[in-house]
Amino acid sequence: MSAAAVVGFAQSPVRVREDATTSGVEMLVPIFAEVFRACGLTKSDIGFWCSGSSDYLAGRAFSFVSAVDAIGAVPPAMESHVEMDAAWALYEAWVKVLTGEAEIALAYGFGKSSGAELRRVLALQLDPYLLAPLWPDSVSVAALQARRGLEAGRWTEKDMAEVAARSRAAARSNPDAQVSGSVSAAELLARPYVAEPLRAHDCAPVGDGAAVVIIAAADRARELCERPAWISGFAHQVDSGSLGARDLLSVPSAAGAASAAGAGGVEVAPIELAELHAPFSHQELLLREALGLGDGVTVNPSGGALCGNPMFAAGLARIGLAARAVMSGRASRALGHATSGPALQQNLVCVLSGEAS
Amino acid sequence: MSHPTAPLRAPLEIEFDYTRSLGPVLSQFMAALAERRILGARGADGRVHAPPFEYDPVSAEPPGELVPVGPEGTVVSWSWMPEPLDGQPLAEPFAWALIRLDGADTAMLHAVDAGSAAAMRTGLRVRPRWAERPAGSIRDIVCFEPGDGPPDGSAPGHAGEVTPGMTITPVRLHYMHTASPGESAYLRGLAEGRLLGQRCGVCGQVYVPTRGTCPADGVTMTEEVELPESGTVTTFCVVNVAYPGQRVTPPYVAAAVLLDGADIAFQHLVLGCDASEVRMGMRVRAVWGESGSISHFTPTGEPDALYESYARCM
Repeated sequence: MSAAAVVGFAQSPVRVREDATTSGVEMLVPIFAEVFRACGLTKSDIGFWCSGSSDYLAGRAFSFVSAVDAIGAVPPAMESHVEMDAAWALYEAWVKVLTGEAEIALAYGFGKSSGAELRRVLALQLDPYLLAPLWPDSVSVAALQARRGLEAGRWTEKDMAEVAARSRAAARSNPDAQVSGSVSAAELLARPYVAEPLRAHDCAPVGDGAAVVIIAAADRARELCERPAWISGFAHQVDSGSLGARDLLSVPSAAGAASAAGAGGVEVAPIELAELHAPFSHQELLLREALGLGDGVTVNPSGGALCGNPMFAAGLARIGLAARAVMSGRASRALGHATSGPALQQNLVCVLSGEAS
Repeated sequence: MSHPTAPLRAPLEIEFDYTRSLGPVLSQFMAALAERRILGARGADGRVHAPPFEYDPVSAEPPGELVPVGPEGTVVSWSWMPEPLDGQPLAEPFAWALIRLDGADTAMLHAVDAGSAAAMRTGLRVRPRWAERPAGSIRDIVCFEPGDGPPDGSAPGHAGEVTPGMTITPVRLHYMHTASPGESAYLRGLAEGRLLGQRCGVCGQVYVPTRGTCPADGVTMTEEVELPESGTVTTFCVVNVAYPGQRVTPPYVAAAVLLDGADIAFQHLVLGCDASEVRMGMRVRAVWGESGSISHFTPTGEPDALYESYARCM
């Protein structure tokens, strides 16, 4: 039985915001107001808050504490934080609701990705003994994975460009996207490499943003939302931190999370729509396969992370967008995915349904 | 040219050295690197991991005796770095590569000094270029270079400052830090010798420094309030510990100062009297420094404030 559902979602437009602080407050205050208005809630209705953000993006310790200003935490709020994409904060919130500790919970994520050279900062998420001292940047690490697939015949540079072209075309109807437009794969392939074999279109743009999702226990969900997006499965798994020991062409943690979340369950309706957190074009191809998404599934109608990837918020936004598709009736069963770590090391899957099972 | 009300921005450089203990497996690995040898670990499934695992991914057991691998190896994937970033192994364009060392079943990530992308290919044979002075880190391998035979070069030079079992990783990060609109207003006020706060439109509390958003209500604050430079010590501590870079000689007082008219105290130094004279309720005023900032607070000599007048701000 589905014990909890997504009832609200909001995100800030993904942009490079020179004037934004790394505390995220300016990005969070408007989207909290938006989601509360949509759900008819106030901050005092929230029984548990959980955020996802990173001190490494902010350049200071305990940076998430400043973001609590956006909550308005007087009287004191039950609050937690993960140094991960806020999709994992939502997982913690979901557990709070399942265990009855909160009826309504809110997860939010924010990242000022542009505060420093992102691809370099992300080197510090790697093994601190054998990898981080070399400063392997995130784009170069993803490029090693892309080449493995190219040389194994799993995809071509044209396949990768087509993912980018399709994403940008889809993003034309998404005002929150940072990148969008009509461009052919052939045009994209004529552009130079940034980290051979990756070109700029293969890599998510660096952008700042925030996202918020509200979930509620069954009874409250029905009151708050005409058509709640019931969470029928929610799971996350991780692959080895030893980059060179992984088979970079399989994503066992994504497949495992999808299986644990019941994404492929035959007893229920198939997934109709998936929002995948693939910060590099070839990773969408890997994830489609790992998650068992066939050609009939609409993937990333928002444009996906290739058109806007605010660090620590983009994964939560994928779940929020998938939930919105269910809440609006555009899909009866949808999947939201989030990733973290180098080359799809860690993966989370949330399956959402229009029917409480 | 920045607009006068635009948030203030400035470069923020952060540097710190992580000193990490290596543990039993990586201690052996790094000690071997200093002797220009590379070690791997044989797993329960017979596969050799290089670099070695600390716990077998199959059996979860620590490895037995480590086994020598390489030092030559074969590139299994690579990418090209046309503009190397600060801290990376080489300053000139180079390849990142996953390298399967001879005798190993897993790959090691490192740089290859290939000169050009055209010289790189999967299957390329490479060998390590050793650091002249080992330091007990993965960077005792400077990079790999194309070649299939024993590396050139003499025996290792004298070790640098190697502490067995430890490795030091320097970290340098460069940010462009942006102050919030509230913080920016406060800093601009200081430069003019004014102390600025904000009043929340919902709860009416006055916050100083200006912070943009009411932490109690989560709403944007727009009403600016100029505060006097006098206030009350609500609580304090005496700093007795000396530390590098300290600007005041201990003992001295760090206090929470509640400016008159504010609803939240902020932390500052109280100087100008013996540390033992500072007390809760003591009246103080700001002493301005030279560059648009408050140097410290100092006693005014007024009678102490009644506890009831600041108790709610403790």
